[in-house]
Amino acid sequence: MSTLAVHDHHGVEHHDHDHEHHHNETFISKYIFSMDHKMIAKQFLITGITMAVIAMILSILFRIQLAYPDKSFPFLETLLGKNFAPGGRLDSNFYLSLVTIHGTIMVFFVLTAGLSGTFSNLLIPFQVGARDMASPFMNMLSYWLFFTASVIMLSSFLLQTQPAGPGWTIYPPLSALPKAMPGSGMGMTLWLISMVLFVASSLMGGINYVSTVLNMRTKGMDLWKMPLTIWAFFLTAILGILAFPVLVAGVVLLIFDRSFGTSFYLSDIVVQGQVMNFEGGSPILFQHLFWFLGHPEVYIVIMPAMGLVSEVMAVNSRKPIFGYHAMVYSLIGITVLSFIVWGHHMFVTGMNPFLGGVFMITTLIIAVPSAVKTFNWLATLWRGNIRFTPAMLFSIGFVSFFISGGITGIFLGNATLDINLHDTYFVVAHFHLVMGSAAIFGMLAGVYHWFPKMYGRLMDEKLGYLHFWLTFIGAYLVFFPMHFMGLDGVPRRYYSFTEIESLKQWVSVNTFITWAAIMAALAQVAFLFNFFYSIFKGKHATQNPWGSNTLEWTTPVERIHGNWPGEIPTVYRWPYDYSKPGHDEDFIPQTVPFSQTMSSNLPHDFEDSPVGDQEWVNTSKSNEHVK
Amino acid sequence: MAQLQQDKEKLNLAPKKFNMWIFLFTSFMFFMALTSGFIVYTGAGKGHELNFKIPDIFIASTAVIILSSGTMYMASKAAKGLQFAKQRMFLLLTIALGIAFFALQVYGWYIMAIKMQIYFANPNASRSFVYVFTGMHLLHIFAGLVLLLNNLRKSNGKTPQVKNLYSMEMSSLFWHFVDIVWIYLYVFLLLNQH
Ligand code: HEM
Ligand SMILES: [Cu+2]
Repeated sequence: MSTLAVHDHHGVEHHDHDHEHHHNETFISKYIFSMDHKMIAKQFLITGITMAVIAMILSILFRIQLAYPDKSFPFLETLLGKNFAPGGRLDSNFYLSLVTIHGTIMVFFVLTAGLSGTFSNLLIPFQVGARDMASPFMNMLSYWLFFTASVIMLSSFLLQTQPAGPGWTIYPPLSALPKAMPGSGMGMTLWLISMVLFVASSLMGGINYVSTVLNMRTKGMDLWKMPLTIWAFFLTAILGILAFPVLVAGVVLLIFDRSFGTSFYLSDIVVQGQVMNFEGGSPILFQHLFWFLGHPEVYIVIMPAMGLVSEVMAVNSRKPIFGYHAMVYSLIGITVLSFIVWGHHMFVTGMNPFLGGVFMITTLIIAVPSAVKTFNWLATLWRGNIRFTPAMLFSIGFVSFFISGGITGIFLGNATLDINLHDTYFVVAHFHLVMGSAAIFGMLAGVYHWFPKMYGRLMDEKLGYLHFWLTFIGAYLVFFPMHFMGLDGVPRRYYSFTEIESLKQWVSVNTFITWAAIMAALAQVAFLFNFFYSIFKGKHATQNPWGSNTLEWTTPVERIHGNWPGEIPTVYRWPYDYSKPGHDEDFIPQTVPFSQTMSSNLPHDFEDSPVGDQEWVNTSKSNEHVK
Repeated sequence: MAQLQQDKEKLNLAPKKFNMWIFLFTSFMFFMALTSGFIVYTGAGKGHELNFKIPDIFIASTAVIILSSGTMYMASKAAKGLQFAKQRMFLLLTIALGIAFFALQVYGWYIMAIKMQIYFANPNASRSFVYVFTGMHLLHIFAGLVLLLNNLRKSNGKTPQVKNLYSMEMSSLFWHFVDIVWIYLYVFLLLNQH
């Protein structure tokens, strides 16, 4: 009896293992309701890519409107129907819906779930040396909630009325009054339902990630031997756990306002000449609750990308990551600080100037750890033995975008400047570079780099280069001109600028941006083809194709359940021993004990591990003396 | 052999217990957000204070839920001592107290809405907040009751003791947490009622 009770999990021994899992693995349990972290990672990735393609197409649709505000395109009516594009021109309300759903999908479904969901699931058990997540069942639930949320979000395009339209930040009153505009009705309701499921999914995922990192590391894997990817995923998960419940609180109150007649956010409302009986509410309250999540959310998006990029850069520069400890402390600094800067999204809400000053200072302080990380990446590249794989190029692209987008963040963080720049295209430029482009590049770097680990095959390099250069150039062409529009005061989320005399001149720039966007979008075809083709027909990968030190490359190429056929390997060293002087190869995997690398040991190697291996310190010291 | 199995079991369950701790954290953040929202709201303008006396019935419900934490503790203790009959009795008592708490809270709403004419849909949203606090907390109570019923099912003496203890630990963690959240909310309301 008791044997039964203990055996419902992977055994520690190889034998139990095969024995247990061969019988009851059906198609459904393997590919659909899988509880294996690798399969769940792939499910997240493919769903994320699908959502990204959809959101990208939405953006092209509204870019067409911005470029040619007065032209009609009959194919739009065929494509979208009379309701959304009457006479071949986008309906102005539908324009708002497109912007809203584009933003929501990109921020939450692609860059939160698609990014964390894929790589935390794939790499946490692999890189800390665990057979699976703390709770594989919750992990599966997390994916299926995400999937359901995605379906509900997309189903709002099937409505007679519009999908949600108040912007991805769903500020009331537009989001709180179902009658306010077409995008406030049923579409908004579906948005809220979808996001509640999404938050549940994120929390389940996050709880699992934290718990796995803290409890299931293999022998020898102390915190200071974890790759930066793991640090990043771990801290990202903590951010999510602390921030998402606050969004739920905000949304709960919003739902009461929408459907139960309360006035948390509503006051003095007149709809179509009719005075509504909402009194005393405060729309600013929603903004506080939203941005308390919203700002950490942008770091939830960027930190996993930072982790992936750090790893890819060290591997492909054949150098230890520069300033490993500083990298970790910066991540921790960002995590903590990101909770006290939300007010910088609200400088123009009439907040007390003193409070604005406080938020300004905290905002400028958070730029410091971000800058530390940037310098460390550059220093890692410096005089490295660089291998320009597609993953490496995307990582370098990440750093480029992070710098150019981060600098404008510092502009916006100054309240005096932000009062002018708020809600203009300058903000759009800022966050599309630092979040849109940088985080997507980090994600793509991850896909190219860990593709062999997911599918046992390699992606094509040539197509990778094509994809990189077109996307890199395209993204700059799209987002850089937006700075100048913003400086000139062009407001965001406007349907067209032809009605406003002073803004008419920007239509030509908008046309240019739209064509650049179409080019960048077409470049993604190279990626999609490469990705799906390589799954089936790519070159077979070797066990450790990049010469990496981390644990995932010690698992067999055929990704087995439980990850390692025998015992889980023990870890002896940090993950960044690349090109270590005195060693015959330019990498030393984490599983190689110091006793086998006498020629390259340094006293410094033992600083983080006070116990064990002491004897090798002395030997290595005496080695030095001999030399 | 038995020792070995114990170890394996620990290996699997420790992270899951940890999951519960983290979940409690998310829940904690949720209530912190709601109460912070209350503070921001009342701070924003005149006439946004609660300005009524919180019904005394909530004293009774507070007493009931504190008592239920006590009985829950006794149930855990009995489970550890392999006294399954005692465990069941205290579990039943805890469930009964939980249901009583639920009823008292709903009665509190009745007093507020019918007797004091303080409605949920209210131009002074700080009063709506009282309903939100209690309502969201009752959702947690409901979840706690489900966990307790599950324990009751497992306390038959036939379920392996490790499993029984494990789910007892999980639900007592949750139950004590929900208890503490209520005390926090109640004290918060008392401090803000004028
Ligand atoms: C160097 C650090 C950064 C600073 C000082 C900074 C500052 C700011 C400020 C002040 C705003 C508000 C602009 C306005 O609405 O008027 C803003 C907006 C935004 N930032 Fe940043 N930022 C930084 C980094 C980032 C990063 C790393 C991301 C994401 C990965 C990001 C994503 C966003 C987004 C999405 C918005 C716009 C939200 C919206 O209104 O829709 N920022 N940033
Ligand atoms: Cu921010």
